[in-house]
Amino acid sequence: MSPDTAVAAAPAAVDVFPAEVQRGRVRTFIRRHPTIALGGFLLILMVVLAVFAPFLGTSDPQALAPARRVRPPSDVHWFGTDMLGRDVYSRVIYGARVSLIVGLSVAILASAAGLFIGLVSGFIRVVDGVIMRIMDGLMSIPSILLAIALMALTRGSVQNVIIAITVAEIPRVSRLVRGVVLSLREQPYVEAAIAAGTTTPRIIWRHILPNTLAPLTVQATYIAASAMITEAILSFIGAGTPPIIPSWGNVMAEGRALWQVAPYIVFFPAVFLSITVLAVNLLGDGLRDALDPRLAKRI
Amino acid sequence: MTETVLNKTQTAASKAGHTGPLLQVEDLRTHFRTIDGTVRAVDGVSFHIAGGETLAVVGESGCGKSVTSMSILRLIQEPPGKITGRILFQGTNLLDLSEKEMRAIRGNAISMIFQEPMTSLNPVLTVGRQIGETLRLHQGMDEKQAEARAVEMLDLVHIPEAKRRVREYPHQLSGGMRQRVMIAMALACNPQLLIADEPTTALDVTIQAQILDLMRELKSRLGSAILLVTHDLGVVAEMAERIVVMYAGRKVEEATARDLFARPRHPYTQGLLGAVPRLGSSLEAKGRSRLSEIPGIVPNLKKPIIGCAFAGRCPAVTDICRSVAPAVETKAPGHFAACHHAPREAVAA
Amino acid sequence: MSTAPMQTQAPPSGAARRPLLEVNDLKKHFPIRSGFLSGVTGYVYAVDGVSFSIDKGETLSLVGESGCGKSTVGRTVLRLIEPTSGQVLLDGKRIDDLPASELRPLRRRMQVVFQDPFSSLNPRLKVKDILAEPITNFGLASSARDVEERVAELLDKVRLPRDAMKRFPHEFSGGQRQRIGIARALAPGADLIICDEAVSALDVSVKAQIVNLLSDLQDELGLSLLFISHDLAIVEHITHRVAVMYLGKIVEVAEKSALFAAPKHPYTEALLSAVPLPDPTAKRDRIILTGDVPSPIKPPPGCRFHTRCPHAFDRCRQEEPALKAIGPGHLSACHLHDAGVMRPTPVTQAA
Repeated sequence: MSPDTAVAAAPAAVDVFPAEVQRGRVRTFIRRHPTIALGGFLLILMVVLAVFAPFLGTSDPQALAPARRVRPPSDVHWFGTDMLGRDVYSRVIYGARVSLIVGLSVAILASAAGLFIGLVSGFIRVVDGVIMRIMDGLMSIPSILLAIALMALTRGSVQNVIIAITVAEIPRVSRLVRGVVLSLREQPYVEAAIAAGTTTPRIIWRHILPNTLAPLTVQATYIAASAMITEAILSFIGAGTPPIIPSWGNVMAEGRALWQVAPYIVFFPAVFLSITVLAVNLLGDGLRDALDPRLAKRI
Repeated sequence: MTETVLNKTQTAASKAGHTGPLLQVEDLRTHFRTIDGTVRAVDGVSFHIAGGETLAVVGESGCGKSVTSMSILRLIQEPPGKITGRILFQGTNLLDLSEKEMRAIRGNAISMIFQEPMTSLNPVLTVGRQIGETLRLHQGMDEKQAEARAVEMLDLVHIPEAKRRVREYPHQLSGGMRQRVMIAMALACNPQLLIADEPTTALDVTIQAQILDLMRELKSRLGSAILLVTHDLGVVAEMAERIVVMYAGRKVEEATARDLFARPRHPYTQGLLGAVPRLGSSLEAKGRSRLSEIPGIVPNLKKPIIGCAFAGRCPAVTDICRSVAPAVETKAPGHFAACHHAPREAVAA
Repeated sequence: MSTAPMQTQAPPSGAARRPLLEVNDLKKHFPIRSGFLSGVTGYVYAVDGVSFSIDKGETLSLVGESGCGKSTVGRTVLRLIEPTSGQVLLDGKRIDDLPASELRPLRRRMQVVFQDPFSSLNPRLKVKDILAEPITNFGLASSARDVEERVAELLDKVRLPRDAMKRFPHEFSGGQRQRIGIARALAPGADLIICDEAVSALDVSVKAQIVNLLSDLQDELGLSLLFISHDLAIVEHITHRVAVMYLGKIVEVAEKSALFAAPKHPYTEALLSAVPLPDPTAKRDRIILTGDVPSPIKPPPGCRFHTRCPHAFDRCRQEEPALKAIGPGHLSACHLHDAGVMRPTPVTQAA
């Protein structure tokens, strides 16, 4: 830099950093939102595996073959076989279906129910106290215990697993939505809408709801991730998906007894579960950063 | 440990028989790298402050005045920021110092007060402890001495019942009181330079008057130089001896306070002074008077600015303004402006 | 331009002389609840008996420091919060006790512009939808095309390009967003606009643009403005009359020229003298008030200003001064006026 131009330094275009390189749209997106890109990529990979499971060199995941029990991974059985001779690779690939369906369904159902309860609670003061005390009560029970208790009341099926986990997740969403609604109601643009004669239902529809969706979407991804783990736990302890349906929790439960002789039975579904949960969480973190206006406004 | 560093830097400056200004900033550039491109928050700014002088840096939001003051104390996060140029404090370039040597200067030889006294004070420590902290760190006092000095400092900034207040927490004090505590903290180590970044912007006008009064009183008693960063031209007129006007990261004008308000030379300064509402306007003109406006908006700092940064809003713009950036030139003795068209010699009025 | 706001006898059948907005003894006390089950433990006396009026085409400014209740007055007049007691009359009709459904059509006549240009516009709506909302709410347009035409006219009025309607708020600067906020207030054809610190968050050069725009619009459309601000210099530029508030009460009301030339209440005097002047050669005697504004939870007895007043004497600590006329259209609440002396020797001199 020019050393002795104390007063009369012409502000010529000096750049402290080297020039920027122009990049394509995809590369720009990846650079801007690396976590969304990575999380999205891994998640899409899992969805592709789940959807095209029959075409990915799998065999019937429920086919028993007592002659080929507990085989280590080989070119025929990539992930080995379990104690009933079933192909672990096929069961893990098909298992992605169960996990993804449970994750997605719980996220959608819990968000919808939580959104409704949160809006009612945030707008109608009379019921707010009652609803929130019920939610506090539900939240004081660990969600896994609540899900186990609910499963104990019904028969094991994917549908019932979804319902049980959804009920356990609703309080968290309702609290979030209520908090967002209460803070949005104080926003000057909502007050301006009231002053402009907008009716309460229209205020909710036009001003509250659209601004609630961003934080809710982020919360939904975290719920999806936690639902997949809860499903695996329920299956693992035998309180979830029926054992004949291949889910990652079931596969791991079946491999539990053989952990020391055939660790691959537990290992592969565990890796898939971890990657999927990681992917969804990355996506959630990325969305949170991208949708948070305070962070986005930083230079 | 910190003591030796402190002594080294302080004596190094005095040993060298430093005779220049207390602080000399030369061609300061603070850029931030973002995904959208480089933000040139400060782009080639030079000025100096003599010992005991009050210099005001004024400009509107985004002009780079706060980034300039933060750069002097190296409070800019690097990366994404990057500071270049030279910041000579008593002859030592602060940009060459290690982080440890900088820490010995901050709060000691140079201290800073901020706009928001609530967020600048630690809510879980008593005010006495917070004032004492700097004293123990920089002056090696023990707990007792530090508390005694903290009480003295609170007395100095006219906080009643200093002995009791010293044990209170920030939330127990009003906004004006908190700003007084901030000032007490900043002055505890007798700094040669006090940087005040919008010190009264968050305060009500009657409290602002109290704080400005206090700052003037303490300055004449302690003799610290003040770098006042503000957007409020009223505060500037009351406090400053010299003024630097910034626009879009560049210095556009520098002059003594009287000269700048009486004969602004840069069209931006002229526009700014015209846009400021003045108390007493209704006494001069009957009916409502119009404020003069500066049309348009500030340029985007993410793109390199070609030519004069003010060209897009300037009433006197010509072709040269859009292509060649004007250098900061001497327009009259002690009066500098970066404008191709500002008259060069003082017109005898 | 205006009549004395405290005038009690309404002029006979005076439609011409009836003020557009009349506020009588307005009070807003916010209850303080300390826990979920415990009851009300106290009140914040935010607004405690405020009366004023605004004529058609007039600007009244409500000034004071933070916490004096000036914004609460604005929000209560707009019925964004419910008053504790008192009356609000819009064009002679009481609106403070109307049920929401009857109030809604009247909302067309009074609109609001807020301070923060960022949070006052819904980030997810395009400018066109923001401006169309009041138009469709009050059924002011017959077709979608009509709405668009009206939105375009509004943008013309606030000097924004017509293509702004296709964009989102975040694409605009602070000053431009404030213009959109003003356009929204104009959209239903309001007579009264309440500007709640509408220019306080803006930079000097942009502030001047918006202040001039508001003045122009007032002349063009005959608007009445309730201009709530802490910035006395801006107020002096824009207003016709000024009401000064301190701790929930109005302490002085006067025509602009009277108030700025010769303030009568000691608080107004101190407030004016505290404003820094953008002129380094200015010499003046500054009254520096000691201490801070007391809490509105426990306002001091007697005159609320006595804890900081340089002239306070015994009576001030016991008896609350009434707001009364001391000149044509000039009201002030201070015991000093009774003593018959405007400026007696201060009993306690400020340090």
